Amino acid sequence: MSTQTEHAEPGVLKKYLWSTDHKVIAMQYLFTGMAMALLGGFFAYGFRMQLGFPDHSVPGLGLITPGKYNALVTMHGSIMIFWVAMPVLIAAFGNFLIPLMVGCDDMAFPRINRLSYQVFLLSILVLLASFFVKGGPFGGAWTAYPPLSASGAYNLTPIGATLWLVAVALEFVAFLMGGINFTVTAMNSRAPGMKMYDIPILVWMIILANVIFMASVGPLIAGAIMLLFDQTMATGFYDPTRGGDPLLWQHLFWFFGHPEVYVVLLPAMGIVAEIIAVFARKKIFGYKMVLYTAWAVGFLSFVVWAHHQFVAGIDPRMANIFSITTLLISIPIAEMVFLYIATLYGGSIHLDTPMLWALGFVVEFLIGGVTGIFLGSSGTDIYLHDTYFLIAHFHYTFVPIAIIATFAGITFWYPKMFGRMLNETLGKIHFWGTIIPFNVIFIPLFITGIAGDQRRVYNYALFAEQSRPELQHLRTVSTIALLFMLAFQLIFLFNFFWSFRRGKEAGANPWRSATLEWTVPSPPPHGNFAEMPTVYRGPYEYGLPGHAEDFVPQNVPD
Amino acid sequence: MWERYITAASTYAHSIDHLFFLIAAMVGFWLVVAEGMLFWLVFKFRAKDGRPTQYITGDEPHLKRWISIPHTLIILCDIVIIVWAITVWYNIKQVMPPADATVRVIGQQWAWSFQQPGPDGVFDTPDDIRTVGDLHVVVDTTYHFDLMSRDVVHSFAVPAFRLKQDALPGRVITGWFRPNRVGTYDIQCTQMCGLGHALMAGRIIVETPQQHAAWLMRDSVPTAASEPASPGPAPNRSMVAQVLR
Repeated sequence: MSTQTEHAEPGVLKKYLWSTDHKVIAMQYLFTGMAMALLGGFFAYGFRMQLGFPDHSVPGLGLITPGKYNALVTMHGSIMIFWVAMPVLIAAFGNFLIPLMVGCDDMAFPRINRLSYQVFLLSILVLLASFFVKGGPFGGAWTAYPPLSASGAYNLTPIGATLWLVAVALEFVAFLMGGINFTVTAMNSRAPGMKMYDIPILVWMIILANVIFMASVGPLIAGAIMLLFDQTMATGFYDPTRGGDPLLWQHLFWFFGHPEVYVVLLPAMGIVAEIIAVFARKKIFGYKMVLYTAWAVGFLSFVVWAHHQFVAGIDPRMANIFSITTLLISIPIAEMVFLYIATLYGGSIHLDTPMLWALGFVVEFLIGGVTGIFLGSSGTDIYLHDTYFLIAHFHYTFVPIAIIATFAGITFWYPKMFGRMLNETLGKIHFWGTIIPFNVIFIPLFITGIAGDQRRVYNYALFAEQSRPELQHLRTVSTIALLFMLAFQLIFLFNFFWSFRRGKEAGANPWRSATLEWTVPSPPPHGNFAEMPTVYRGPYEYGLPGHAEDFVPQNVPD
Repeated sequence: MWERYITAASTYAHSIDHLFFLIAAMVGFWLVVAEGMLFWLVFKFRAKDGRPTQYITGDEPHLKRWISIPHTLIILCDIVIIVWAITVWYNIKQVMPPADATVRVIGQQWAWSFQQPGPDGVFDTPDDIRTVGDLHVVVDTTYHFDLMSRDVVHSFAVPAFRLKQDALPGRVITGWFRPNRVGTYDIQCTQMCGLGHALMAGRIIVETPQQHAAWLMRDSVPTAASEPASPGPAPNRSMVAQVLR
């Protein structure tokens, strides 16, 4: 305790904006990510309204013109992946939980950590600036395929396109710094006694995600710089008339873009593993197998990228190889999900709000997983590529990841973060009010996709097959469900801020969990542990025979 | 079920549909098994007073089987799907049946234009048939297409044919289709190509040989003589501009 009281209490500004404390930085990432999620959700509202009620003025956005529509879908995709899923799942949870879970006082490189958030914030400012420049924000899709993205003459948003690219590159820089930090911290700063297989699965998953990210992002950064040169210095890296090749960008982009899916999936799987173990009062079924499948997924994620390009004009023989690797990756993922389901066997399951979210993740992610098979199979992808079937598929993976698992994590660790419990009734209303509309949004889109609706089209009026009333009804149903889903988020926001002060006092370990973060007070003090812990066992010792309690924390001696 | 939503009008449409149903049957089975198991376990092992948790590590052989047997079965399913998927892909994208006719398909912001060689069978001669937006083809005829783009990446998609292929500037990409049902079908652009992406609609009109001959005889057929040969703004740009306001 002595080391903490020596410091003078820093001023508010210094404490919250210039702090190197991993918990403060985690909160910075969490609140920034949540604010960006509101923005991304607002954009989804804008383009879904246009699709559900074509050419009606949308409250808050006015008439959705083609240019506005393109900007909305582009920004929705970019923001949800780069400025919501990554900061919340990796940076917020990683920053808050890694030091607490491995039993150390802070990240290995606290000042790099602070810089990482500052660069991240800068990337957001650059992105937001693009909304106010001449021509407006970039509208060439989050994949930014050149030549469209490379030339202002084609995309008509010359400044917006460059600002978008700079923002994405800055975000990568921020996460490279974060990635190094997380990995080093988990490898070097663990409490004495915590062996490799005593590390909580979530920490493993965040490390793996960061390793995958750091290994895959290099080519894209190179690609982004070439694109930046094409945009601003009239080079021709992607210009076929000057010897360049537009396909080069697609390979560089997807070589990063597909591993990126697993970069955000793995932390989500980690959050879900922690929660299932606690609320089923069960050891994770096959802890090592979960890690092995995660490693297999991480490795395979580097050799599947061209399944995004089956019909992009690559050599058609390539599709066979990537079809095989893509279906192969379903095996470890399926196995991981089976292990989670098997963990429930013989448990004593408590359906508190975090557990509902965790189970909801498994239920919904399974749908996302199996529908991926249709797209990974080259034969069916010819038809389904870039249709709403694809949109529905990846939202059944990304919404469980970025929304459902995030809510699972927030509802689970909220007591640790803020020292108070969230309201359980409001939590359950919010859960059902999110999960039901989510399915009503995207199940109709599977059907419109099968019927041939292609993506990124602001109005189907010119397509006879697509402008049939029965398809329009489905689109309208989907839009109305989105309005419900968005409305129910207000309940969460109310619960989140109301419980700051009014929630029940949480105590150190309200969920009776066995990992180290629950051995310190809620919220944890600066420096985390009054006395540095020693670890004696794995993270999931629930229902161990011969003990009075049904769980044994990691730091309790035998 | 599929045809309720989208017509099948080419020879390979059904092979893609059948692959879809095969996959649907297999993954549907696993989805039901996994979800069923999940819900059953949650129901069966709800917390009850006085019932302790079982201590299971996952290393017990008799329990591990519950993972390893599905694991093996999923590999088998994957192999079946891979073989079938590659067969379908091979027949559509890797080999081309001999052509009865050839057509050039050119994408540009934001229109499709088509060039058919006309009676002499040679491209870039005065009798070429050039059209914008509409492609007239004869039923039960194998067409090869040469797909190109004048500016950005487009994607030539005919949902009723189950045909999709990106058009890349700087390359000519070949492919084929054989329409087998008379009718008018949509052509879409399915790759984001800028402001007018949603307006880049075309139609493919599948005709009997008699209808096609009658269409060719009509005075209104634009030919190379009445159309600028060089890449320029497409005639329906004005329509696009009008919709774009």
